[in-house]
Amino acid sequence: MLKWLREPASETQITHGARLWLYIVATVIMVLLVAPTLIVVPMSFSDSQYLEFPPETWSTRWYEHYFTSPEWMSATVTSFQAAILTMLVATPIGILAAYGLHTSSLAYIRLVFVLLITPMMVPLILVAIGAFYVFVKVNIVHSLFGLVLAHSLLALPLVVIVTGSALKSYDMNLEMAARSLGAPRWKAFLTVTLPQIRFAVITAALLSFLTSFDEVVVAMFISGGDNATLTRNMFNALRDQIDPTIASISTIMVLVTSLLMVLSQIFGRAKGSG
Amino acid sequence: MTKPSEALPIAIRNVTKTYGDVFALNDVSLDVRSGEFLTLLGPSGSGKTTLLMVLAGFTRPDRGSLKFGDDEVIRKPPHLRDVGMVFQNYALFPHMTVAGNVGYPLRLRRVPKDEAADRIERALETVQLGGYGTRRIDQLSGGQKQRVALARAIVFEPRILLMDEPLSALDKKLRDRMQIELRHLHDKIGMTTVYVTHDQREALTMSDRIAVINHGRVMQLDDPVGIYEKPANRFVADFIGESTFLPVTRDSDGLRYAGKALKISGDVPDAPSLFLSLRPERIRLVDEGAGDGMNTFQATVQYVVYQGDSFLLYATLPDGIEVGLRGVVRGNTVAQLPAEGDTVTLGVHADDTVVISGEEV
Amino acid sequence: MAAVDMTGMNAEGLRRDGFLERLKLFGLCSPAILLVLVILVIPAGWLAYVSFLGADGQFSMENYARMINRKSYMRIFITTFEVSFMTTGICVLIGYPLAYFLSQLPARIANICMITVLLPFWTSLLVRTYAWLVLLQKQGLVNTFAIEMGLWDEPLKIVHNMTGTLIGMVHIMLPFLVLPLYASMKAVNRDYMKAASNLGANPVSAFWTIFFPLSTPGLFAGMLIVFVLCLGFYVTPAVLGGGKVIMVSMKIASNIELFVNWGAASALGVVLLALTIGALWITSRFVRLEQIVGGGH
Repeated sequence: MLKWLREPASETQITHGARLWLYIVATVIMVLLVAPTLIVVPMSFSDSQYLEFPPETWSTRWYEHYFTSPEWMSATVTSFQAAILTMLVATPIGILAAYGLHTSSLAYIRLVFVLLITPMMVPLILVAIGAFYVFVKVNIVHSLFGLVLAHSLLALPLVVIVTGSALKSYDMNLEMAARSLGAPRWKAFLTVTLPQIRFAVITAALLSFLTSFDEVVVAMFISGGDNATLTRNMFNALRDQIDPTIASISTIMVLVTSLLMVLSQIFGRAKGSG
Repeated sequence: MTKPSEALPIAIRNVTKTYGDVFALNDVSLDVRSGEFLTLLGPSGSGKTTLLMVLAGFTRPDRGSLKFGDDEVIRKPPHLRDVGMVFQNYALFPHMTVAGNVGYPLRLRRVPKDEAADRIERALETVQLGGYGTRRIDQLSGGQKQRVALARAIVFEPRILLMDEPLSALDKKLRDRMQIELRHLHDKIGMTTVYVTHDQREALTMSDRIAVINHGRVMQLDDPVGIYEKPANRFVADFIGESTFLPVTRDSDGLRYAGKALKISGDVPDAPSLFLSLRPERIRLVDEGAGDGMNTFQATVQYVVYQGDSFLLYATLPDGIEVGLRGVVRGNTVAQLPAEGDTVTLGVHADDTVVISGEEV
Repeated sequence: MAAVDMTGMNAEGLRRDGFLERLKLFGLCSPAILLVLVILVIPAGWLAYVSFLGADGQFSMENYARMINRKSYMRIFITTFEVSFMTTGICVLIGYPLAYFLSQLPARIANICMITVLLPFWTSLLVRTYAWLVLLQKQGLVNTFAIEMGLWDEPLKIVHNMTGTLIGMVHIMLPFLVLPLYASMKAVNRDYMKAASNLGANPVSAFWTIFFPLSTPGLFAGMLIVFVLCLGFYVTPAVLGGGKVIMVSMKIASNIELFVNWGAASALGVVLLALTIGALWITSRFVRLEQIVGGGH
């Protein structure tokens, strides 16, 4: 160990020992980054009515409460429905747009790209009230349809960016070869290009799912009644009274998102090496 | 495979393609004979690849006509033109096997599976990769990939084959061998082939005819001997092989350089400024007063380079022009090479002279 | 060169073919464009229009005047800027060393350590905010731990106030700074540092004169993202601020939810949007925005 401290750590020959403070600080930061996310897991098994960590007594009553509550279950179903539908809507629309942006030779196509990125740049609250305003007028507020539209809007920039970046590092000669062999552009895209960028497409789809599943602000305004989402109900519960059920829901959400994150890292890594 | 009589001629007329103010192709007209191996040769940016892309349908010209046989195809999209195409970086589909790649055009044409399998295998055998069908693309070497690309381009028996610098990614030895193999393949199958390259040696080796292209225009269209021996203008003389250009003046008797009368053969173009084009291997070191038919020039040696099979000698003429001379090394050549500073007499036979116009083209 | 006649020889037909092809490719973008126009641009325009309507439905500047006149509104803007600047600053102080540490690790270890940055990034924002709510309570883990360690005697109020809000915001925003910064740092050619050493620089000055300046594109990109996100942030300040930290986004929400005052809300929204665009524009003077959009993931 002491020997390691004396070894150089970088091109400038600074030693590990001289950098020890950096290693310690960085480790502390990393722990602090992850810890709060993981805290909810043991908390959810606490028996107490009040949020406490560490739990005095252990039980699964909050999980039972969650799974047996009609409101929470219906909200969960809504969230999953919205997330899956968002994924199915935003991903194809985004892929088409990314392909159009990549192959178009129009002079001002960059402006289109900027336009499609704006949902990511604009404060979420503005998207929420704007959508709310319009949805009230056409009477689709509190509907799954409206929710999916709004969430697809939010997911779109991610799909466009991820797919666009994959297309940039893709050799378009492959598609040209397919076309020279007799495939019209759409068939060449489906049989040759799409398989080559499939990892990016999967990542984009997962991101779309998560964007919708985790989304709070927009859902707060335009989901409700029969179609309230999980996040919306959680947020209201947080503001009103601290319900430990939230801890159990949070644990489940952490599990779901961790799983998706792992999937995306696996596929995303493969794309990088291929 | 296609019999020579089925190969299609290509008629290119007045094809122009501009990008803003720049003419990528400037009113190009060209005939490719049925079954011929024609090379488009030129430096980067000359327009040769653009012309090939116009033939393939990937670049849309501003105007022009393109006929494959009797069919006007200029407005046909690429997937309906029925031409085989081989790309510079092979463009093999990584997610399919060799058979998958080669069979792709057959699947598009809904060829029944058994027949397709048969044709795939025959195509692979033609490029000497029989039995490679199940291999994955990443398991192949560069040369093998090139052959698979070729098999894929000919399996559906197109009557025209287009090749975009297909050998440039290979190393020298492999490239030299593949040049001959490709030529043999062409002779065997007999389809009309248009080949793009910037390597003049490659063009001279493989082609029936060469179209030298620069600035979007055809500088000269001729067979390899004509291109090399009788370049039509300064660009072709300079681009193919090496050349030294001596300014010559015209008077009542003929042509003169530095006051001295020249013995030449061949036509003299009708142009205000003329140059004598000399190839290094056609210049010899001669004794003073060498025989008839020889043009002689006094020059001072700048440096001599021994290159194993040949030697290079650079000498300057009295007016400052540097002339390069290449000679074969034999027996006692090395011992007799001149040294820096020596005065030598350079000789060029009349038959080895070419007079070209000095106009910028 | 003689001019070439650009008519005849299929010129008309070819031009039409080209136009149709360009139209078809642009058409591929149209569903996306339609979505953004209908759900974002048109409502935004509508709201901007509404912001100029007074309570009586006529054109009026009262919504904007209110922002300047009422002290509570000014305080909201000041709070929003305070939170945004402080969060950005703290993120830089904490995030830069972390990003540097990660960039110096060998690839495999770096990928594993990256999980500590990516896991919170992918975890629901609500879950993370909730976790801090619990951790920072009077009887929460932080207070209990600190008292046991002797750091302080009485439970401190570190939630439902600015402190709690900042802690939560920094935790949420940190990955947004670290990721582009890390990408930028990885892109610094290691040979530069070798050259600096070779030319006589000690490690510290080599860092400040060579490495740090080269890492600034990613740093500015990250700072911009964090700042812009903070400006419009809603959830975390709403939960951890306990009603004492009011940001513009929260005022907009309450204007609609509680008072149904669309005029006030939309005017605030217009100002917020203007501030966001302003921040983007200022940064675009220093950094090419493409780098942000490409470098994040």
